[in-house]
Amino acid sequence: MERLFVRVERLSKGLIFDCRMCGQCILHSTGMTCPMTCPKNLRNGPCGGVRPDGHCEVVPAMPCVWMQAWERSKQMSMYGKAILQVQPPLNRSLQGTSAWVNDLNGVAQKTPAGWEQ
Amino acid sequence: MPVSPMRGGSRLERVLRSGRFAVTAELNPPDSADPQSVYDRALVLSSVCDAINATDASGANVHMSSMGVCALLTRAGYEPVMQMSCRDRNRIAMQGDLLGAAAMGVKNVLCLTGDGVQAGDQPEARPVFDLDSITLLRTLRTLRDKGRFLSGRKLEEPPKVFLGAAENPFAPPYDVRPKRLGKKVEAGADFIQTQYCFDVTRLKQFMAAACDMGLDQQVFVLVGVGPLRSAKAAEWMRDKVPGVVIPDVVVDRLKGVPKEQQAKEGKSICIEIIQQVQEIPGVRGVHVMAYRQEELVAEIIEEAGLLARRQRESMAAPDVPRVGSASPRP
Repeated sequence: MERLFVRVERLSKGLIFDCRMCGQCILHSTGMTCPMTCPKNLRNGPCGGVRPDGHCEVVPAMPCVWMQAWERSKQMSMYGKAILQVQPPLNRSLQGTSAWVNDLNGVAQKTPAGWEQ
Repeated sequence: MPVSPMRGGSRLERVLRSGRFAVTAELNPPDSADPQSVYDRALVLSSVCDAINATDASGANVHMSSMGVCALLTRAGYEPVMQMSCRDRNRIAMQGDLLGAAAMGVKNVLCLTGDGVQAGDQPEARPVFDLDSITLLRTLRTLRDKGRFLSGRKLEEPPKVFLGAAENPFAPPYDVRPKRLGKKVEAGADFIQTQYCFDVTRLKQFMAAACDMGLDQQVFVLVGVGPLRSAKAAEWMRDKVPGVVIPDVVVDRLKGVPKEQQAKEGKSICIEIIQQVQEIPGVRGVHVMAYRQEELVAEIIEEAGLLARRQRESMAAPDVPRVGSASPRP
């Protein structure tokens, strides 16, 4: 059953958001921009390396993912402010699993035991 | 002035809390296994600054590690700021390194995401980026304040450190930079060292927005400055070093003088910028980054009038060590 979710999620979110299947989706907090497409995998971007033309430090041909995230957040009435929250470290063991399933069973929301919200 | 309780009790923290205008300087780590190469550089910096930053493979170029440089500096009684970048180490390594560093006497740590590996001399390396600067800050704050690892496991003795972060007011998106500064403060930043400032107007806008958010009451901001050696060096830095923004007017000013006088002009520009940023509300110090020109730092600090200012201020705040008095020679 979960394999089906993974397949559908990979196909749909991959097409729309270039989803990288981190398993802990925060698209609504990042202006519907996948933060895992940032070459530094930042969960709290943008970094200080953004070029004057707004492109990525690592991949000069690519516009900064986090610039888009902040810009698009401004257009979002409901979740627009969520980008101001400090995002916890990613649980790397969830890579390749379904964020939908992880959301439903609470795994996605679980932060490291010592993490202060 | 921030009124929060003392965090780590470092000399840098005491200087900032006393209201004195702080000076930190960057030590370019050697490509050498000889400790003397670190001490030679530290000696010329220590007489004019409150703490010495040990960079962590900045620009993704390999040099002596920040941990190694800090071990040498604390052994000789200097006060380092240990830079930690998320590029080369995961969360397990970094938490362990914080304990090791604190045990050696490191009391200031600067949390960085780090430049991408493509910028350095070994672009084939695997970038780590397990944490980012903000999750690293919060993690290290948890070790210090809660006495726990990220896993929740308890520490026997927490590290007493003054936690710093970087911010780059000169990179887009400009309106987001003060908000991201706010996130860093919320994550645990006690002080900030900015990227190189060559655009005072942009810095003023950034600081005004930060002050409007009340951030100047919660964090000490030190502005990054540094001398440009020549017009060519300026263009090289602008192209090769991630996050360094040098406006055309600055490069043109260097080009406008003969080659042999460009270094002097670069120093003058740096001194002018220091004098201007001192007047900006919320700016509590400067961080001098003189890439391979450490010998210039003392001249810059003196000619900018900072030594005189600091001596005046240390009279007013006698509880912190006077300029140059707390750094025994190795």
